[in-house]
Amino acid sequence: MSTTRRRFLQVSALASGGFALGVALPNPMRTLAAEASEDGAELTAFLRVHADGRIVFLSPNIEMGQGVFTSHSMIVAEELDAEIERFEARHSPVDAAYINPLFGVMGTGGSTSTPAFWMPLRRVGAAARAMLLAAAAERWNVPVAQLRTDRGRVIGPGGESLDYGELAQDAARQTPPAEPALKHPAEFRLVGKSTRRLEGPQKVTGQATFGIDLQLPGMLTAIVARPPVFGGSSRGVRNEFEILAMPGVHKIKSISSGVAVLAESYWQAKQACDRLEIDWDAGANANLSSEELYGRYEQLAQTTGAMVEDQGQAQARLQAGADSAVSATFFMPYLAHAPMEPLNATAHVRDGEAEVWAGTYMQTIDQANIAHRLGLPPQKVQLHTMLTGGAFGRRANLESDFIIDAVEAARDEGRPVKVVWTREDDIRGGKYRPLAVHRIEAALGADGMPEAWLQRVVTQSIMMGTPFEPFAVSNGVDRTSVEGAIEMPYAIPHRCIELHTPDVGVSRLWWRSVGHTHTGFAGEHFLDILARKAGQDPVEYRRKLLQGSDPRLLGVLDLAVEKAGWGQRLPEGHAHGVALRKSFSSYACQIFECSLGPDGIPVTHRVTCAVDVGIAVNPWNIEQQVQGAVVYGLTAALYGAIELEGGRVRQSNFHDYRMLRMHEMPQIEVHLVKSTESPTGIGEPGVPPVAPALANAKLALSGEPTYRLPFVQATRRS
Amino acid sequence: MTITLNVNGRDRAVDVDSETPLLWVLRDALGLTGTKFGCGIAQCGACTVHVEGQARRSCVTPVRAVAGRAITTIEGLGDRDNLHPLQQVWLDDDVVQCGYCQAGQLMSAAALLQSNPSPSDEEIDLAMSGNICRCGTYDRIRKAIRRAATSGKGGS
Repeated sequence: MSTTRRRFLQVSALASGGFALGVALPNPMRTLAAEASEDGAELTAFLRVHADGRIVFLSPNIEMGQGVFTSHSMIVAEELDAEIERFEARHSPVDAAYINPLFGVMGTGGSTSTPAFWMPLRRVGAAARAMLLAAAAERWNVPVAQLRTDRGRVIGPGGESLDYGELAQDAARQTPPAEPALKHPAEFRLVGKSTRRLEGPQKVTGQATFGIDLQLPGMLTAIVARPPVFGGSSRGVRNEFEILAMPGVHKIKSISSGVAVLAESYWQAKQACDRLEIDWDAGANANLSSEELYGRYEQLAQTTGAMVEDQGQAQARLQAGADSAVSATFFMPYLAHAPMEPLNATAHVRDGEAEVWAGTYMQTIDQANIAHRLGLPPQKVQLHTMLTGGAFGRRANLESDFIIDAVEAARDEGRPVKVVWTREDDIRGGKYRPLAVHRIEAALGADGMPEAWLQRVVTQSIMMGTPFEPFAVSNGVDRTSVEGAIEMPYAIPHRCIELHTPDVGVSRLWWRSVGHTHTGFAGEHFLDILARKAGQDPVEYRRKLLQGSDPRLLGVLDLAVEKAGWGQRLPEGHAHGVALRKSFSSYACQIFECSLGPDGIPVTHRVTCAVDVGIAVNPWNIEQQVQGAVVYGLTAALYGAIELEGGRVRQSNFHDYRMLRMHEMPQIEVHLVKSTESPTGIGEPGVPPVAPALANAKLALSGEPTYRLPFVQATRRS
Repeated sequence: MTITLNVNGRDRAVDVDSETPLLWVLRDALGLTGTKFGCGIAQCGACTVHVEGQARRSCVTPVRAVAGRAITTIEGLGDRDNLHPLQQVWLDDDVVQCGYCQAGQLMSAAALLQSNPSPSDEEIDLAMSGNICRCGTYDRIRKAIRRAATSGKGGS
């Protein structure tokens, strides 16, 4: 865990709207009175054990496809000594008991779920086991020392046994031990074993209830007509009476994000919304264009920015070694997250209280935002976390945009209102991975190795202007803008990293792997440009630069090289490209085997991934996350671009914001480094190496560097 | 107007505008929320259902066009006590991640195997290329379809 991340975890105390929430330390051992009415006995805030032996795990982290329900149930089950088949996982209530210890608020993200909850959940499992043992000892009137557990049963000295379910009520009356004894990792029998997703059966039968599937008595559906330009607003609706006369339409309502139409069903709301005639005030951003931004950023990249890291005399060395200097400028577009389930939230605002349902995962802040908007104390806001159809960062945002839509639409209605974003709303709705330009200059020594490296990053800040600012931003530098560009693992003696942070009226947000999405591409691709200039093999080049660095980076490089057969003969017209990166405390290396397709666009045949996440809790899930990250990264590298023109977003839906499809899917292999280190996260670390490895394969095939992403549009443009 | 639909073997009368896409009739009028909304323009396949055994994108199918015809949704493909062979393979191979697109994936796969019990890899890719998955489960989907086809049970 980097100091950056640690630091912003302490944010904790703040929520938007400017209130202090107070830092509550998680106390997993306590139980929740609010939940006590439910069936089953509570053993800590995280576990409910039913008389029939079923165990419900209350997950503080949202399940958005990343497999946390299963991997965290496994961690608990391991120490509890119960079979995973007994487990069912649900989202926990929003409560201080479930605070992410690395965030200080309840929330999921930054690939923190497993590192944050590894020890707390082991303790929960071990404490619950101790409580069950103590209950059995009382029942049989024997010392605890004479008892043992085996797969959900307590076994007595004479071989007699009781199921956990039979002991649950008595166990719930025991005091949880403060420091329960934990297993030695060598004793693990579940952690490390590939385990099927617990909620799989609901998901393959259409029975899983995602946020968008929620149906409540008397509920209305709302769609919001949003200003076509960021920061615009409605001056008024010209045909209000016509719209109100349309079937099923209940109300037209001006809300912060635009004009909401409330109707009995989605389709009626959609029909009405499409017919609205609104006078829009475009506001200050009507001339924004991506091309103009690229031009402006490129110029900024020629000028000195805020100093982020300065080691040695990079500038002087570059001037002295101008003859051997290599430079490149990289252009990376805005990107939308585009989760499969369009954004949505449902709110029921009653007298003096509100109930909200959403697939959201910065819940403490959401709760505070909702309360602030309604003028209620946060404890009068009941927020239900729903299963969610992907998120990739989009559903955790500090303004709670899609939730506030529902809260404002439902206010004064006396009945629940569900706001659904159309796909067009999602693609055009902002909160993008910010557009970025990087300029890198390097000077090579006589041995061809980089001696000096000057990198200027130009991108909007994600954290400035948010409650995280005091913790993530210092001296005008948002560390998430430069993460991965700073603290490079490569032995380059003279290094200078600078940052420009332009203020642009396009909202931005963390997007699966955050700053590494652009720093990873620029840094790892430029390294191959240098290796090529030096006439050296990209893997050997990296190995030299990693001497004396973190051995786990070399570990993933070596494993990927071995599994991919780097350096061995490939089919005619194929070449390898490599990239590696440590991000979110995990290590990932990828080797892409590509050929050149039409228009010089690389076609990927095989991807070999090596990752080191410490102890692999659920290897199958890690494989899925890395495969998914490759698909996510490849989609963006090949096709991903949100382009502004005249303040408007050109793209609108999947036909022009293209997704990778099955026929384009390469073979992807995932190899895990065996490790006894504490586990780290894997939701994001598979993304950063994708684009540079692809560009490096293209460089090897064609000799042409890739300066603009995405590949497909960049090629068309030039 | 009242339209009678045959959904998962049952006749259901619904009072909706006849141009309403089948997707929203299933979800909002009949409460069958297993069929998902993803794009609204037949680009992602999340809304795939069967009409007379053929895969159809319900988000662009006006309900009037399917009145009286046999419609099958994910809820009718199989349930937890009686899984369709593809649902079983999906579970065995742990295909799903977020799961949102999977009803559509399963319906496309089931329609494929019904018309072509042993598809080639190219035929699988072609039949499935209309279904987007943002979690990147394509590889496991492809393998699961292959396995179901090999076992000869996919088209039941």
